Amino acid sequence: MGFPDRVERTVELAHPREKVWAALTTADGLGRWFGDRGARIDLRPGGAAEMTWSNGYTVQMRVEQVEEPARFAYTWQIHGLPEDDPRRTLVEFTLEEAGGGTRLTVVESGFAQLPDDVYREEYDSHVKGWASELGELDVYLDGR
Amino acid sequence: MAADVEGVAEQVFIALADPTRRTILAALATGGPATATDLAGRLPISRQAIAKHLALLSEAGLVTAEPGERRRVRFRLRSAPMQVAQQFLAALARDWDGPLDALKNHLDQEKGSST
Repeated sequence: MGFPDRVERTVELAHPREKVWAALTTADGLGRWFGDRGARIDLRPGGAAEMTWSNGYTVQMRVEQVEEPARFAYTWQIHGLPEDDPRRTLVEFTLEEAGGGTRLTVVESGFAQLPDDVYREEYDSHVKGWASELGELDVYLDGR
Repeated sequence: MAADVEGVAEQVFIALADPTRRTILAALATGGPATATDLAGRLPISRQAIAKHLALLSEAGLVTAEPGERRRVRFRLRSAPMQVAQQFLAALARDWDGPLDALKNHLDQEKGSST
């Protein structure tokens, strides 16, 4: 069993927390190691952020938590789901001092969310809407 | 339809494990709702086999049956379970090792350039 809801990684970095924090939370940092074609970030809870890659891919993020220099979290779209899907995964970075360097833990969670019923109904009605529109067109054309 | 994500994803993967069902689902995805007869005309699969697979897919909640023309039943692909399966794949495909290695390199390079 096990629908994977979270992905977790820990890395030891030979750099002070302030430097790691800057790499994670500034446009200059994110735009170099993560998005390779730049980034924008409004560093406050609720703030918008964006990263771009040289293959043309762009991802929109929403800053959720800012506790310098220990915790930074954002939500973003589940990669692979349709653009208009409202579900998001939460990405949390935790920075701990460890022997002169930093232990960085990243947890991404929320892969196992169910689409909520309202969404499903809306989606189904949208699909049905299209089918009936096409049906109406068919009837209209048949009538000519 | 199963109420939990695990069950929903499982139904999708069971359905996709069979090449005939993949062909039927692909035909419904690309061509829209169709009757078993429509599909038999378009695919190199017997009408009986198509009807059997459509019944199974309908049971699993991956297609829905609806009244079509001349009292025939039309089958429509349900996308919601597919999206649940996509979530499962998204978790498997999520690569943090690559970006974290890149972060390490980025920090090491900065250190090198500043000293």
